[in-house]
Amino acid sequence: MHSPASAKRPIALAVRGLSKRFDRPAVDALDLTIYGGEFYALVGPNGAGKTTTLRMVVGLLRPDAGSIAIDGIDALADPVAAKQITAWLSDEPMIYDKLTPFEYLEFVAGLWRIDTKAAEARAHDLIGWLGLEPHAHERCEGFSRGMRQKVALAGALVHDPKLIILDEPLTGLDAGSARVVKNVLRERVAAGGTVIMTTHILEVAERMADRIGVIASGRLIAEGTLDELRHMTGKTATSLEDTFLTLVAEPVVAA
Amino acid sequence: MNNPATLTWLAGHELKLGWRDWVALMTAGRRNRARTVAIALIVFAAFMHLFAYWIVAGYADAAVAADTATLVGITGTLVLSWSLLLSQAMESVTRAFYSRSDLDLILTSPVSARKVFAVRMGRIAAASVTIAVLLAAPFIDVLAVRGGARWLSAYGVVAGMGAAATAAALALTIALFRLIGAKRTRLIAQIVAAVIGAAFVIGLQVAAILSSGSISRFAALQSPWMLAHAPDTQSAFWWPAHAVLGDPRALVAVVALSFTVLGLSILAFSRRFGEHAMAAASVGSAVVRQHRWRLGFRRRSPARVLRQKEWTLLARDPWLASQTLMQILYLLPPALLLWVTFRDAAGSYVVLIPVVVMAAGQLAGGLAWLSISGEDAPDLIASAPIAPRRALRAKIEAVMGMIALLFAPIVAVLALESLFAAFVSALGILIGAAAATLIQICFRTQARRSQFRRRQTSSRIATFAEAFSSIAWAATSALAAAESLTALGPALIAVGIMAGVWIISPKS
Repeated sequence: MHSPASAKRPIALAVRGLSKRFDRPAVDALDLTIYGGEFYALVGPNGAGKTTTLRMVVGLLRPDAGSIAIDGIDALADPVAAKQITAWLSDEPMIYDKLTPFEYLEFVAGLWRIDTKAAEARAHDLIGWLGLEPHAHERCEGFSRGMRQKVALAGALVHDPKLIILDEPLTGLDAGSARVVKNVLRERVAAGGTVIMTTHILEVAERMADRIGVIASGRLIAEGTLDELRHMTGKTATSLEDTFLTLVAEPVVAA
Repeated sequence: MNNPATLTWLAGHELKLGWRDWVALMTAGRRNRARTVAIALIVFAAFMHLFAYWIVAGYADAAVAADTATLVGITGTLVLSWSLLLSQAMESVTRAFYSRSDLDLILTSPVSARKVFAVRMGRIAAASVTIAVLLAAPFIDVLAVRGGARWLSAYGVVAGMGAAATAAALALTIALFRLIGAKRTRLIAQIVAAVIGAAFVIGLQVAAILSSGSISRFAALQSPWMLAHAPDTQSAFWWPAHAVLGDPRALVAVVALSFTVLGLSILAFSRRFGEHAMAAASVGSAVVRQHRWRLGFRRRSPARVLRQKEWTLLARDPWLASQTLMQILYLLPPALLLWVTFRDAAGSYVVLIPVVVMAAGQLAGGLAWLSISGEDAPDLIASAPIAPRRALRAKIEAVMGMIALLFAPIVAVLALESLFAAFVSALGILIGAAAATLIQICFRTQARRSQFRRRQTSSRIATFAEAFSSIAWAATSALAAAESLTALGPALIAVGIMAGVWIISPKS
């Protein structure tokens, strides 16, 4: 499923045989390869295993089986080294109500041991890009959801990660905030960073992603560019929504 | 069936919510625990009846006369209980104001908000009355069985006390809202509630210490001065005490007066309750600008930023700080005892040391919960390039650092009197706090900091283990300070508790 061009690029994330079982298999022998400088969207129905997969990649969940390599680093054997170059942003922005955005970024920079001057400069840039300047020294407790998500995104980017993993980052954001977040992510990819994002907004995946992975019942059922996915379904003129529904429905029909 | 939106329908709805809330509190939200909780409650009730028998059986057997000494004793006990009820009711009223839960639904529905809030206040009163009656029941039952049915009238007095406490709590909290505004009321009401709850106990202890050197709260109540200055036995002041002793006229008067005051309070405050609840709901969105003496980033290790973060969050949350630090208030009487007795005799620090060690253990448990279970950004910490053990160690250091800061002055004062006592208390504080922290680590659960009040219900085993461990280390320290080898006994119990915690704690 990989294009010849991407085969020559460095691998940012390699997942092999990844499995996780709760009361039923959540992720089932999943293989995933994502290249450096790529914007990858992971889509799938509710409960498909998207978030579980990504939480295992960033070290929030221990897999039952399989391997995870981030930029060539074995994330299970050396999680600290893998986390040093990775950022995670969950759908629910988890920030500290009693800290200001500036203090939050200082805290994150300290956790990632980033050079103080470089981190401070990057924090100022991010606060500016995300339109947080007027609120940089206000406690986050009174912030709207969109502002909290922007602060959390700034925290994910302040340590200049090679790999950014986002779980539904646009949930609950207004159009303006969503645009800002999308622009920041595009810039990261343009600068050579790798972005992996789960989303239910297929339009976003369609417009932003270089490649799209479709996951269902803990397995990657399809992967490729939008055209490649359309080709798989045999319907070349349809939207991603139609393609997605066809792909997701097929295993059910087959079963 | 009740018609929707009527007072009785709303009361039924509140009752249902109250019941479910209580069940969730008791079972920590796990349905399969209902049977275990029921058995535990029965055992607890039996134990409380035995305890009550030990305390009051002697009074029931005696032919109790309504003389001044008896009336002073009963009234003192009633005032003490009422101050605790008032404190609890203030907590409930404040919580009702600041809990946003269904406020939007209520205020946008076509039902009179005044009616809804009147029912809500009634629910708080019902809860206060129920708590009062349940807590008093073992004592009243024992008195009634041993001394005759006349003691059953105490149930009426206790119910009246619950109603009056709710009325006073409503008046006090509304007054605070009007005086200092919604933003400050949450914290101040919390402090006022704690001070009211502690003030009477502490006041009596202070009086007892200053007059006789004893720490018993009853010593002051039965002092010749108190008896000489008490009102005449026929005064209305003694109605509640007469009612407890079975006087039907006094009982009717006390119950009628209490519930009338409650009814009038609900009537008077139900409109303002809604206004203040709306004001309280908007407090969270108030902008707080943080002024820093230095704007640039500071160079610090990950462990240090974690410790600093814990201290900053606590320092900036006076409500949480007051929740955790309020037990320091109870150190005042022993501290006073220390001061009084140091003037005359050496060795009285043995009384102070267990109190200090106990307080350190309890405080450390609260702080450890906030730091470890009450982490508001768990994903951030878990996805940071810092080993989980190192992150946990930094949080423990933050807790122990706060304990050291708070208790160092007490140890320093002790050191002026006896270096050995200071060493023993410092060691007791360290071990007691470390044990409480370890228990919190063993039973950690993910929660929001704002759920601090519910920490004791998330794991009852952890709560009991923490309390018993603190008591055992307190006893060990006191006996060690007295240079007694029996200190090994409670120390072994404490170690046993920790071993038990280690064995039964969830392993994941």
